This record gives sequence, C-alpha cells and structure tokens, in this order.
Amino acid sequence: MSPSRHRSALALAAGLLFGVGLGVSGMAQPGKVLGFLDVAGDWDPTLLFVMGGAVGVHFWAYRWVRRRSAPRLDERFFVPAGTPIDVRLGLGAVLFGVGWGIGGYCPGPAIVSLASLSVPVAVFVAAMLGGMLLVRGLSPGSSD
Amino acid sequence: MHDFTPYRGLFGGALIGLAASLLLLGSGRIAGVSGITAGALFSRDAEGRPWRRAFLVGLVAAGVPFVLFAPEAIGASPRPMIWLAISGLLVGVGTRLGSGCTSGHGVCGVSRLSPRSLVATALFVGTGMLTVALWRVFVGGAS
Repeated sequence: MSPSRHRSALALAAGLLFGVGLGVSGMAQPGKVLGFLDVAGDWDPTLLFVMGGAVGVHFWAYRWVRRRSAPRLDERFFVPAGTPIDVRLGLGAVLFGVGWGIGGYCPGPAIVSLASLSVPVAVFVAAMLGGMLLVRGLSPGSSD
Repeated sequence: MHDFTPYRGLFGGALIGLAASLLLLGSGRIAGVSGITAGALFSRDAEGRPWRRAFLVGLVAAGVPFVLFAPEAIGASPRPMIWLAISGLLVGVGTRLGSGCTSGHGVCGVSRLSPRSLVATALFVGTGMLTVALWRVFVGGAS
C-alpha cells in the first residue's frame, strides 16, 4: 500500500475506536449531554468522567508520542502551536456552546448517530455542514 | 432524568483518548471531529481528503453495532426538529470560527494544555450550561 492508503487505513481504525468510545460513554445520547449541561437542574456529571478518561489517556500518550521526531506514517506532526487567543476563537467557542446547549449534539456524536438513520440527526448534521460552508465562504484563502 | 454512569463514561472516554493517540502516533494528526469533517468534505487540498473521509466512515460504522445491539446508546435529542436545525447551524459556524469542538479542543487540546483550547473549552462548556439554564427558564424542561 502507498503511504496515503496506510494513513487512510489508520484513520478508519481511529474513527472506529473513537466512535465506539462515544457510544460506550453515553455521549451519543443528547439527553445525557444536556443533563451534564443542566447544572441548575437534574445534573448528571457523567461527561466529566468521559473527559477525565479521554484526557487521562491522551495527556500521557501525547507526551510519549511527541518524543518521536515524526509520526510513523508521515514526515511530521501537524499540531498547531503558537496560535494566538483571539476574538474569532472566543466567538466561535461561544456560538458552538449555544448550539451544543440547544441540541445536545456536538459533531462527533452526531456523526456516529447518523448510523441510526434518524431524520432529526440528519437535519442537525446537514445544518452543521451548512454552517461550516458558510464560514468557509466567508474566509477566502484558508486552507480548509 | 438520566442515570449517572461513571464507569461507562470513564471507559468510553479512555477509548476516545486511545483513538486520538493512535491517530497522532500514526499520522501526526489531531483527532478533532469538526476539523476532520470540514476537511473531508470542503478541503481545497485534494490530498487531505481521503484519510479524513476514512475517519468519518469509521465514526458512522462504529454506530452500526450500537443501533443493532444496544439501541439505547444512540439517543434522540429531546428538542424539536427546527431547534436541531438552528443548533446544527450554530455548531457548524462556531466550530469553524473557533477551530475546534469537544474533541479537538476538549480532548486533544486540553491534553496538551494548549492555552487556546483551555479557553475555548471553558467558553463552550460555560455557554452550553447557560443555554440549558435559559432553556429551562423560558421553554421549560431541560433534558
């Protein structure tokens, strides 16, 4: 296989594992996510444990992996560094938070939930893609 | 009312962290789902698309066994469809403006103690909580 196909095979495996993690953790249940955000009501702290498990593993793995000079299948690491904290970051995070708080979906769990073929999830994902295209259209010259 | 499930949360979370570590070790990439999605579909760089599309295929495929054998794991949102559309639009715009979501900032960025990601995560968790509180006041019923 070419390096590009190797990278795609690895990404497929990572996506599978990531999706299984989302399903097992309860993140693909928007009601449960809203229950975490509902601190003034019937609070469900499960999401703290999901974050704890994910960060607990990746915090150490990140440091271990970065001791290498390059990843196994590519020439360098593509990790952002030195990007400033600006208004765009803050505004984006706030808009995302409001959207997350309305529907209970963030991008990963919504995409995993497409497997259920349910119309409301498809509507959410279609609107999300529309929003992404909108920003792309308004930011000429960006690489993605 | 939802059950508090700390062990499943911790275990599922560890799998998410492991998946992010696998992608970093193999390809040197950040497992940020919003960035991967936008890149997979709308990237101007054709070479950047195949691995991102493969990651998305993996995500959807991971949902299939849950749908078949543990359907309660894939829940429906309690919100009306029109609100899901509004929510999707905000999530799409917000994650591109802010360069990340719960995975890219919340898991990967927080793990490497990136100041940008720590700020973004505090902001989206905070506004998410505020939004649910406002929903509770003005519409009624949280989850």
